[in-house]
Amino acid sequence: MSTETIIWLIPLPPALAFFLIVLFTNRNKALSHMVAVGAALLSWLGSMIVFARALGVEHLGERPFTSSMNWLAMGDTWFRVGVLVDPLTALMLFFVSWTVLMIFIYSIGYHNFGQPEGDHDHKGLPPHGATIEEHGRKHVVPSVEPMYSRFFAFIGLFAFGMFTLVVSDNLLTLFIGWEIMGLCSYLLIGFWYGKKSARDAAVKAFMTTRIGDVFMLLGIAYLYSVTGTLSFREIFTETTLHTLQMIPSGALGFSTAGLIGLLLFIGTVGKSAQFPLHVWLPDAMEGPTPVSAMIHAATMVSAGVYTVIRMFPLLSLDAQTMSVVAFIGAFTALFAATIALAQNDIKRVLAYSTISQLGFMIAALGIGAYVAAVFHLITHAFFKALLFLGSGSVIHGMEHGAYHTGDHKVDPQDMFNMGGLKNKMPITFWTFLIGGFALSGFPIVTAGFWSKDEILADAFAHNLPVFITLAIAAFLTAFYTMRQITLTFLGEPRTEEARRAHETPWTMTFPLLVLSVLAIGYGWVGIPENFPILGGLFPNWLHEFVGETLAERPEAVEFNFVPLLTSLVVALGGLGLGYLTYRNVNSSAEDKLQLGFLKNKYYVDEIYNAVFINPAIWFADKVVYQIMDKGFIDGILHLFGPGTQGIGDGIRNYFDLPFINRFLGDGSANVTYFSGEKLRVIQTGRIQQYLMFALILFLAIGAILYFFIFSA
Amino acid sequence: MDFISTHFLSLILFLPALAAVFMLFLPKEEIKLLRWFALGASLIPFLLSVSIWFQFKSSIPGFQFQERYEWYEALGSTVHLGVDGLSLTMVLLTTLLTPLAILASFNITDKVKAYMMLFLFLETGMLGVFMSLDLLVFFVFWEVGLIPMYFLINQWGSANRNYASMKFLIFTMGGSLGLLLAIQLLGVLFETYDLLALTQRWTSLQPDSTLLGMSVSTVKAIAFWAFTIAFAIKVPIWPFHTWLPDAHTEAPTAGSMILAGVLLKLGAYGFLRLILPLYPVEARYFAGALAFLATAAIIFGALASFAQTDFKRLVAYSSVNHMGFVVLGIAAAGLAHGTPDATIALNGAILQMFNHGLSAAGMFFLVGVLYERTHTRNLEEYGGLFTLVPIYGGILIFTSMASLGLPGLNGFISEFLIVRGSWPILTIYTAVSMLGLFFTGAYILKALKKVLHGPLNEHWSHGEHKLTEINTREMLVMAPLILLMLWIGIYPAWILDVINKAVMMLF
Repeated sequence: MSTETIIWLIPLPPALAFFLIVLFTNRNKALSHMVAVGAALLSWLGSMIVFARALGVEHLGERPFTSSMNWLAMGDTWFRVGVLVDPLTALMLFFVSWTVLMIFIYSIGYHNFGQPEGDHDHKGLPPHGATIEEHGRKHVVPSVEPMYSRFFAFIGLFAFGMFTLVVSDNLLTLFIGWEIMGLCSYLLIGFWYGKKSARDAAVKAFMTTRIGDVFMLLGIAYLYSVTGTLSFREIFTETTLHTLQMIPSGALGFSTAGLIGLLLFIGTVGKSAQFPLHVWLPDAMEGPTPVSAMIHAATMVSAGVYTVIRMFPLLSLDAQTMSVVAFIGAFTALFAATIALAQNDIKRVLAYSTISQLGFMIAALGIGAYVAAVFHLITHAFFKALLFLGSGSVIHGMEHGAYHTGDHKVDPQDMFNMGGLKNKMPITFWTFLIGGFALSGFPIVTAGFWSKDEILADAFAHNLPVFITLAIAAFLTAFYTMRQITLTFLGEPRTEEARRAHETPWTMTFPLLVLSVLAIGYGWVGIPENFPILGGLFPNWLHEFVGETLAERPEAVEFNFVPLLTSLVVALGGLGLGYLTYRNVNSSAEDKLQLGFLKNKYYVDEIYNAVFINPAIWFADKVVYQIMDKGFIDGILHLFGPGTQGIGDGIRNYFDLPFINRFLGDGSANVTYFSGEKLRVIQTGRIQQYLMFALILFLAIGAILYFFIFSA
Repeated sequence: MDFISTHFLSLILFLPALAAVFMLFLPKEEIKLLRWFALGASLIPFLLSVSIWFQFKSSIPGFQFQERYEWYEALGSTVHLGVDGLSLTMVLLTTLLTPLAILASFNITDKVKAYMMLFLFLETGMLGVFMSLDLLVFFVFWEVGLIPMYFLINQWGSANRNYASMKFLIFTMGGSLGLLLAIQLLGVLFETYDLLALTQRWTSLQPDSTLLGMSVSTVKAIAFWAFTIAFAIKVPIWPFHTWLPDAHTEAPTAGSMILAGVLLKLGAYGFLRLILPLYPVEARYFAGALAFLATAAIIFGALASFAQTDFKRLVAYSSVNHMGFVVLGIAAAGLAHGTPDATIALNGAILQMFNHGLSAAGMFFLVGVLYERTHTRNLEEYGGLFTLVPIYGGILIFTSMASLGLPGLNGFISEFLIVRGSWPILTIYTAVSMLGLFFTGAYILKALKKVLHGPLNEHWSHGEHKLTEINTREMLVMAPLILLMLWIGIYPAWILDVINKAVMMLF
């Protein structure tokens, strides 16, 4: 098969799986997950083939795989859609297909496949466990998810959206994949729709990202109007870019390129949960854990960063836009890291760390560190998927303990209820440790170190304020990660549930192992050539490969000891300090960082509610519907009724009744009656008298006729 | 067969009316027979219009399948029928939705005979508007469509039906008074009502000459507004829209399907067929005002929809929101006649008409399915129904997403084209209307949350109130709509190509 055909086919299996499961196999759990995992495997296979072939092409950046077809008729021309695999896409395909496949496999175990049906489980609520009798003894075991098949259908559609987005050669189909993921994240976050929190989180996620989406749609329309194309290859030509840079947009001193870039960037702010549209992501933790991994690592949030990376040649034309991007990224990186310090829910810590890490990537792009952003995007996808899946495994283990104790009031996600899980769940512990160290940027060994170091090195060379902000954020990252690891895995179990927790099935631990290999090994492809000792042992393949995507290959920054030392210090310092601080903390009361404004995420949600959401609801109901439509417009219309009635009454009372009825109608009757009455006297019945009248009348008429006819 | 091939349009147009007359002689107790007869009678025009869709040559300019019959010689009016890409799309939509609406009405048990007859008459009325190329005949059909709908709402509607039907009838009739006068003006001036002849002569009047004692430009401006108001009420454009939520809410399910699916399109069609060709100068001059009203409709329609607690009313207001985009596209085209951007905007507007026909009909039907089972439309009384009726829930989410304009489904294509076309022409209005697009999401999600999600309202889960799953007949109504929504969303070229060519030749 030609490479182009395979690229077209990559997104299809998961979409097909969605329809197959929804229409046919939804009653059979085993068949449903086989269809879904099989589809993910096919997409993975296709991606690997394409990736391998892409590696074999010299100068792939100049000669990418492309193919397109007519789609929308636009006057004289057609809008064409197609696929494109250049170095950037090839790398995206690599990590997306790996993480997606691992998440699909993990979901089987996570949703308790093979376990009995729950005693009183309801659709739309998490399973509560089933009682079984073994050796004459009753005990509770985890029960299978009641909507098992539906989950696989949804993540299938989700994967379709992501693959579509990645292989698109134009912004419009990219946007289609983007929005399909938005729908799926809505459906998946609200998967347990019986829970109010899940329901609200789903709506919040969809609406918050939609703010970004409508701006992005405008950006797309704008770009299309100016250039007449949405294809990346056609936009990123020298003449087109030059035109975009030269025409002023007429707004706030931006060039056209700058304003379009900004509009598209707002889309990313929504999708990649950057300040001020970050609020949906922590709440998205209401979804089942594989969903969190899917959304936060492999797919949706990466999609936002990917789009900015993709549009980098356009964004980089306007310095003003770039500084907005850098500012938002750096600010978000620090802002979210501080909130993560005070979170006690194991998944929420990871959620804020995701926001913060995405901020790193955005900031890197804002200062022009293209390759570093790509590098961190990929390494982050691996270790964050690993961490989320690991946290799911922890929660699962804790729930297992809860089935034993029968106490359902203990929150299995609260880290203060854990402790000492190291020995109960060794695979989960070691893989989580790898993921956590990668996130903290533990030197040399982990992938996270190399990518974060590269961002810091670039920032140091280009933009000192960004460098300082990111360094602080990196320190906090290491600190809260170690806090998490210490509270969860080290020390003594703090609850009976934690004591009774045990390791999860192989379907869950196998993906953890695979991802931890990638979370370590992937860093080695991007070691700077002039790094002490290690540099040059491996070629800096990533830089060479990705750099080609751009027309002008970016130069690697000069090696400098300051950023290197900084990343060593912040990583090791943060980890060490985190361990020292939390090794003896046993309850949230002892935690000195439980500050109100951090715990409440700086009250952003409350502010949004008070400033935007409640006024919008009030405005829609009271002003638009009640006052404007019902009151004003219908009020005027209702005047027509009484108005015409009034006119009608007026005509009746002042014209019809007095004039027509009384005067003309009754009047003529009265006249007739009156004259009849008066003339009755001549109706005597005597013939002679009638003849007399007739004679008189005859003479009179004769006289009149004579007078008029003959005398005239 | 020769007769059929030379009389396609008149067959499509008059078969439903003839069938309705024939139904007079069917026994009124035979409810089954009446239903199936009506369904069959509405399927024939559908098959015929599918057949002319394939015979239609979209590259040939002008009208095809033309037929002309003497009608009112003294006035110079003839029954002149013909279709181009624009009207053919609408004819297809009408003949598709009518059988579906009739199938959706199979649960009607009260006065079935009269009901079915009215539906068939309604179909003739609507088709006549789309097919006639004679202004007087256009007007006749325009009014003919009103009467059956009035009775459908008034006789088979819900609680507040008297108010709603009266408001609907008076409001639309009030709008058409000006239209009638303006049409008479044209007819008297040129002694013909033939659209093609009129367009040519009317637009070539010298603007500085006088007419009826006024300058031609003044007369034209007055006539322009007479046309505009009539169509604006029908579309409906804010602030002429308040008849719509009442009429849609009170009408029987199938009535709402046709109201939203086709009747609203009559107004938009009027803009495209009459106003843009007859009043290019005025359309350009007043485009700003039209765009303002369109943006108001988009935003206020979405907000008002968001404020509703009645499911059906929420869907009704969504029509104001969606049709606002059609008018925005038309306003953009009016301002920049003949430019590539205008072509894209009009492509989007016409496709949006078709798409809204599909999604609005689907939404109203789904509301009806629920209402028939629960006898309430109050969103607060539902909750968690997804658990009880998963198939219905899936279909509702799908249709809602099409209505919301989710990429991959039909609504997105048309909204994107409109936004893309209007952006360079009416930048500010397009940008502001995004606020409406945002709130589209808000009201759709609100409805889904209240109906499907949430804690299960136990009232519906057992006993005599137990909610039953959507049945086969109801799925059959939805199936063609769902397929088309998906098909247009994924591969719109088959229909967009026809529309595009028509737009290129017309404007």
